[in-house]
Amino acid sequence: MNCKSMIVELTNYLDGALDAALFASIEQHLAKCKDCRLVVDTTKKTIQIFCNSEPAPLPPDIRQRLHEALEKRLRGSST
Amino acid sequence: MASGKVNSAQARPVPSQIVKDDEPALVSAAQAGDVRAFETLVNRYERKIFRLTQNITQNREDAEDAMQEAFLKAFEHLGEFEGASRFYTWLVRIAVNQALMKLRKRRPGMVSLDEEIEAGEALVPREVVDWGPSPEQRYAQTELGEILSHVVGELDPSFRIVFQLRDIEELSTEETAEALGLSVPAVKSRLLRARLRLRESLNRYFRRGD
Repeated sequence: MNCKSMIVELTNYLDGALDAALFASIEQHLAKCKDCRLVVDTTKKTIQIFCNSEPAPLPPDIRQRLHEALEKRLRGSST
Repeated sequence: MASGKVNSAQARPVPSQIVKDDEPALVSAAQAGDVRAFETLVNRYERKIFRLTQNITQNREDAEDAMQEAFLKAFEHLGEFEGASRFYTWLVRIAVNQALMKLRKRRPGMVSLDEEIEAGEALVPREVVDWGPSPEQRYAQTELGEILSHVVGELDPSFRIVFQLRDIEELSTEETAEALGLSVPAVKSRLLRARLRLRESLNRYFRRGD
């Protein structure tokens, strides 16, 4: 395992989608490669930050138009 | 290990917070004609769907139209939803289709999701820096939101959309592949590149000591 093959498997590693042998090989590489440890750590944080981010509230004008359109359709279908 | 796959602490770090337990009941009620139940679903997901269409189209007007059309289509076709997937996943797929139509209309010929990725593209990161334990806490929520939106907007559409579905909307790799008409290896390849590029872009905001 070298840095390049570690990076190729990064997504599978972070998503827990590796077989046990490849996983162990990556763990061994990480134990001795500080740069790859940092890449794994910062990539994991990248995913967490996006995953945890809350979407901004809908702008009021956009929300109003959405609910007006829905109201028209929902009311239209129930009559 | 009995299983062929490693289910380690490295696996997806945050459990899904999107879908609430009452979703199936709300969907059933909406299918039975309860308009309020459908409105509850809209209120619950409107922010996320708008962020999704905004991130895909990168255009406010198109994002609004795509979101509105997605909810209206979902309502029209509610009877066809059989519960094989989560309602939210089904809704996301509708919204993605609407947003992609807008994007392709605005940039004809420029958006191909299944385009070959250049094999020679370097994957090994150019810059490796430490971010410290909680880099996102250095920014107010609004500012962080703007940073994330900006760096996602810099990605190629095919990387951006895969990352959006997989890591923001928390669809599985298989669901993402199905929603976009891509193979699972193509999703994984785009996801890897998207994650690495975003990591690289975020270096300038999150490096320790800045």
